[in-house]
Amino acid sequence: MNPEVLKELETQRGYLLRVARLQLRDAALAEDVVQDTLAAALTAQASFSGKSSVKTWLTGILKHKIVDAIRKRQREPVAASALDDEADLEDFEGLFRDNGAWQAPPADWGDPEEALNRRQFFDILETCLDKLPPKTTRVFVMREVMELESDEICKELAITANNLWVILYRARMSLRECLELNWFAGRPRG
Amino acid sequence: MTIIQRLLGHLVSCEDVSHLLSQAEETRLSVLERTRVRWHLAVCGMCRAFDKQLRFMREAMRRYRE
Repeated sequence: MNPEVLKELETQRGYLLRVARLQLRDAALAEDVVQDTLAAALTAQASFSGKSSVKTWLTGILKHKIVDAIRKRQREPVAASALDDEADLEDFEGLFRDNGAWQAPPADWGDPEEALNRRQFFDILETCLDKLPPKTTRVFVMREVMELESDEICKELAITANNLWVILYRARMSLRECLELNWFAGRPRG
Repeated sequence: MTIIQRLLGHLVSCEDVSHLLSQAEETRLSVLERTRVRWHLAVCGMCRAFDKQLRFMREAMRRYRE
């Protein structure tokens, strides 16, 4: 056992848990999935080439474990209803006027680096992601954090490409509104 | 900017452009769609700001992952 790998696994545990929680919305299940991921990583550590970072490697394993967990849950009838579309397009009707113009114009967010260099910003980002409807967060995190290809997500969740675009659109619109309100509002722009 | 260019830019609404800009992150838009987006962005500062926000969010998620 390489002690450095072991230490690195422990360091990444918190991150893996946050990603798993965002996707599964079930703390106990997220814990299980991360445990499985770390166990699999230990067994397979010989296969870690060192070409990618440990974090990327672990995220790759976590991706499969999460997909497995979602599949398993989808087979359970009670959980299936929880996967129904909860994000209503009506939520977004207020964003545009009848003629399709912005109701509230998007603000200038200034220099992105300023925000991206702050730990606090990522706390807000996480809170904003957490506020999205569960299915929306799951799809968005699969796409933007796990970097799954669109057709892969469609296949795993049994949705059409069109469904996917609508869900991601909703996610981005909500996220931008949340960031604008909770991070950018009232900040001086550089 | 000529009146014709302005008119072309307003043929598509901000709402439609916001959908297309988001969709462009998943799929390659058709030539017509890309043209409409380009025309619109040329005349609409609000959608240019939105486009910048989308790019910012993509970068933020990339950093979050790292």
